[in-house]
Amino acid sequence: MKEKIEQLKMRIAEELQSAGDSETVEKIRVAYLGKKGSVTELLKGLKELSGEEKKEAGQQINALKKYAEEHISARIAQIKAEELQRQVDSAEEYDVTLPSRNVQGSYHPITLVQRQVEEIFASMGFTIEDYFEIVDDYHCFEALNIPKHHPARDMQDTYYLDNGQLLKTHTSAAQNAIMKKYGAPLRAIFPGRCFRNESTDACHENTFFQMEGMMIDKDISISNLIYFMKTMLSHVFQQDINVRLRPGFFPFVEPGFELDISCLICGGEGCPSCKNSGWLELCPCGMIHPNVLKAGGIDPEEYTGFAFGLGLTRLAMMKYGVKDIRDLNSGNLKALSQFVHE
Amino acid sequence: MLISMNWIGDFVDLSGLDIEELIHRFTLSTAEVDEVYHMGSQLRDVVAGKILTVENHPDSKKLHLLKVDAGDKIYDVVCGAPNVREGVVVPFVKEGGFAGGMEIRCAKIAGVESHGMCCSESELGISADHRGLMELPEDTVPGTDITELYPIRDIVFEVDNKSLTNRPDLWGHYGIAREFAALTGRPLQPLATLDLSAFDGLDPVDIQVLDTEHCYRYTGLKVRNIQKKISPVEMRIRLYYCGTRAINLLADLTNYLMLELGQPMHAFDCAKVDSIEVKRFPEPFDFQTLDSQVRRVDENTLMICSKGEPVAVAGIMGGLDSEIEDDTDSLLLESANFDAVSVRKSSTRLGLRTDASMRYEKTLDPEMTTVAIERFMKLLTEIDPQVQVISRMTDVYVRKYPQISLSFDKSYVDRYTGIDISDQQILHTLNALGFSASKEGQVFSVEVPSWRATKDVTIKADIIEEITRIYGYDNFKITTTRSALYPEQRNAGNKADNFAKDLLVQKYNLHEVHSYIWYDGKKCRELGIETEPNVRLLNAMTPENDTLRSCMAPTLLCFVQENKSFAPDFGIFEIGRVVEGKKENGECRERKKLGIALFSRTRSEKELFFSLLEMLSTLGQDLKQSEVTFRKTAPEHTWQHPKNTAEVWVHGQKMGSICALHPAVLANIDRKASVVTAELDMDDFAAVPSSDIHYQEPSKYPGMELDLSLVIPQGTIFSDIQKAWTQEDFPLLQQVYLVDSFDDGHQKSLAFRFSFLSHEKTLTREEVQPSVDRILKNLEGMGILLKA
Repeated sequence: MKEKIEQLKMRIAEELQSAGDSETVEKIRVAYLGKKGSVTELLKGLKELSGEEKKEAGQQINALKKYAEEHISARIAQIKAEELQRQVDSAEEYDVTLPSRNVQGSYHPITLVQRQVEEIFASMGFTIEDYFEIVDDYHCFEALNIPKHHPARDMQDTYYLDNGQLLKTHTSAAQNAIMKKYGAPLRAIFPGRCFRNESTDACHENTFFQMEGMMIDKDISISNLIYFMKTMLSHVFQQDINVRLRPGFFPFVEPGFELDISCLICGGEGCPSCKNSGWLELCPCGMIHPNVLKAGGIDPEEYTGFAFGLGLTRLAMMKYGVKDIRDLNSGNLKALSQFVHE
Repeated sequence: MLISMNWIGDFVDLSGLDIEELIHRFTLSTAEVDEVYHMGSQLRDVVAGKILTVENHPDSKKLHLLKVDAGDKIYDVVCGAPNVREGVVVPFVKEGGFAGGMEIRCAKIAGVESHGMCCSESELGISADHRGLMELPEDTVPGTDITELYPIRDIVFEVDNKSLTNRPDLWGHYGIAREFAALTGRPLQPLATLDLSAFDGLDPVDIQVLDTEHCYRYTGLKVRNIQKKISPVEMRIRLYYCGTRAINLLADLTNYLMLELGQPMHAFDCAKVDSIEVKRFPEPFDFQTLDSQVRRVDENTLMICSKGEPVAVAGIMGGLDSEIEDDTDSLLLESANFDAVSVRKSSTRLGLRTDASMRYEKTLDPEMTTVAIERFMKLLTEIDPQVQVISRMTDVYVRKYPQISLSFDKSYVDRYTGIDISDQQILHTLNALGFSASKEGQVFSVEVPSWRATKDVTIKADIIEEITRIYGYDNFKITTTRSALYPEQRNAGNKADNFAKDLLVQKYNLHEVHSYIWYDGKKCRELGIETEPNVRLLNAMTPENDTLRSCMAPTLLCFVQENKSFAPDFGIFEIGRVVEGKKENGECRERKKLGIALFSRTRSEKELFFSLLEMLSTLGQDLKQSEVTFRKTAPEHTWQHPKNTAEVWVHGQKMGSICALHPAVLANIDRKASVVTAELDMDDFAAVPSSDIHYQEPSKYPGMELDLSLVIPQGTIFSDIQKAWTQEDFPLLQQVYLVDSFDDGHQKSLAFRFSFLSHEKTLTREEVQPSVDRILKNLEGMGILLKA
């Protein structure tokens, strides 16, 4: 018996050694440890022995069984490890430095700038309003205290339509409707596309965007106006912007101002961009004219307010360094596809 | 407009102040200064030089050899001026001095050394006259610095005319001087004038204002025995520095007065014009203006006439025939006030904008007409004491502006400014600007001066500007508001626009563009895109571009064509406005639209069409949780594909369209590419209510999936097929996916995966079989059979 066990041990070891894959090992397992396997058969034969002999043979066979089980699972583990290694060895090694193909869409630069300004004002409690591009004389002029014979109403400045309406020349055309919609107090911004009948060149377009803003409450002052403009512009340009006001005349504000910002290029030292003045003219603004408040159904004795008209197109050009305004309405994707993110 | 600080100095003493700093404050408080010029600042060592001897140059006929006494010594000078002669005193630049834009050095001229230069007015920079040497008075002491003789040194600044549009009072030096007086707190000198009441006994000038609508005031005076022809140097320098050419004394004086007071004046030769009618003519006629141009004058243009004959276009320009000439010794002086709008419109019609019309357009103060004549006579009699007034000052004052009085209290000012400006400062500022201001109790009372009362200052808010601009906006303390806070909802339109942009840019890699609201007629024609008639612009840049767009596709397709070399595949979109004709009340039906156009050289039109379809579906699903459906329709526009055009429906409403292109248009864009386009009404889309998410407990049991391959008769479309399972309730059926489709033109088959699920148990084939049978039976009814 002992001899037989030793022989089996050796055979198992030899066979496992020559087994090259897990299927062969499985066959070996079945051949020795399966229901009809050699080791199992030996165990079955035990019942024919007795006493001391039986005990001794039992121990030896069990030791053999243990030996077989251990070696088989060790061999399986070894083969699996070898297989994984072969997989790894044969795997393709990637060139991680290859250029990636990145197709990106793009936003119109006006959208990007508009969103920035909207976000700032929305965070300060301003509602964002939308308004028509086609308006009537009342909203574009009369409600804004622009007299009947003002040059702005001439055909050379305004696009008139064959039904008597016109293309809005400024976002202020929405002031009256928004005042009537909300009443006072009121905080609103309203971006929009405007139209002026003028010939186009690198600096002039007949179609451009503005962002109008209004704030009306019981004690809105010039001091507040400067605060909001400075805060907004500093956020847009992500630096501390100096602003200054100069008198400027617009019929719908009184007092009216031209707002200048310190030149972004030279920081106020003076350079060709700011004609050596250190300042860039950016945005007309002012205290809403009492007649305009009245036309909007708001009592000018009780309420005051400020309004501003930010040139979004100009802002976008300044921010991104666009030199030719005509690029913006050109549809030219070589220009526009660059504006991939905010 | 150019402003001379020397001239300002006539009216307000600015000595000891930093003039440049003052000009900067003027920008911040009054009007924008474009440029500052330092006149005469470069002149150096230019003195009065007496020409002692003149000899001919040995080698030149034009040149002369001079000995010039310049006070310190006698200089040998070579000079080519035609008017050299012994004894004359001229401006002389000594060797090493600077004039005419260069330094004068010892130089050999035609072989002879010259140690200085005699100057013309042009070389001194005080006029354009370079015909000969400037001749100084004979008694001028040689060696006297030229800048001591004449006010050549001056600071001149240019104000942006646009920033003066609402300030008629600032169109002359006196008005600007008033601003400097207010800014510095120094007094404004009263204007020196000649009292003409002594002549009240003389005959009046015959002035008939026949058009009382457009002529507000006409003042005239006749003068004779004018001997002097040339204006004094000082006056000519000022005129030149302010951009006006000196002509003769009378013309110069009218210009001088206009530059000083902002009041245009006109001098008629009294020999030609001795009476005045102001009127319009019933018929258009030709009229030759001072600039020798013959212009067509229409029946709306106000004219100055004499004995029925037109002699000037009122407020714009005189006629050539009545011009002051060198031998004029008597004149009829006009100082008038005309309607601003009428002058502006006439000037536009004639294409003639003059210094006078520019001023009248601003609504001048009619009170100035008499002041200007009195001032004119003061200057004229000082220059030419021999002149005789031969009429009384005749004044036809048709229309007077009412006196404006305003009152307000301090709290009104505080509320507007947000800062505390003292009573004293308010009063001081207003009075310095000519508003008679006083305070009684809490109330300020203000009388608006006539020069601000024509349109500029009418209400108390206007007074705020006067106070604050002189106070200086730079001096404002800035503060945030004390307004109540409340939450603000983003409006649905804004939200939908932004969502659509993000989706299309970030998920589908499209490019956002902006196009014009009108069609490019020429381009559309080139592409064979027939646009429909719509609302038109009355004054389009080119008549071809006068039609407003009624849909987005044409402008986008033009862009697609222009970009076809940009990439083999790209898509563009725009959210913009269109006009869908007119509403019942005649107003435009303006709609906000999303337009999309896709272009591809690598994908089939079909693939492109379905990816566009997917974009719209995703937009509806993601933003509004609404299913977007498509219904085949006949094309509405000629560029749409006759077969593959469909309506886009969301929330039970038609909201847009999607189409492949008509092959004719496609061929014009690109023969080898596919192009599809879609449009969605963003106003309607934004108004679709979006629903909250309805959470469903996930089933604990696995579902069961079953694939059915169906043979479909030609012409049967999916929206019909799906009725087999949508028109009855199948509680276990969760979803149906299309997994495969096949169509070779003869046979069409579709494979669907039916997914069943129960929340109570694991489903068996037996449990779903009745549903499957029922669906197959429904399909059979449509002639659809299981594929063998």
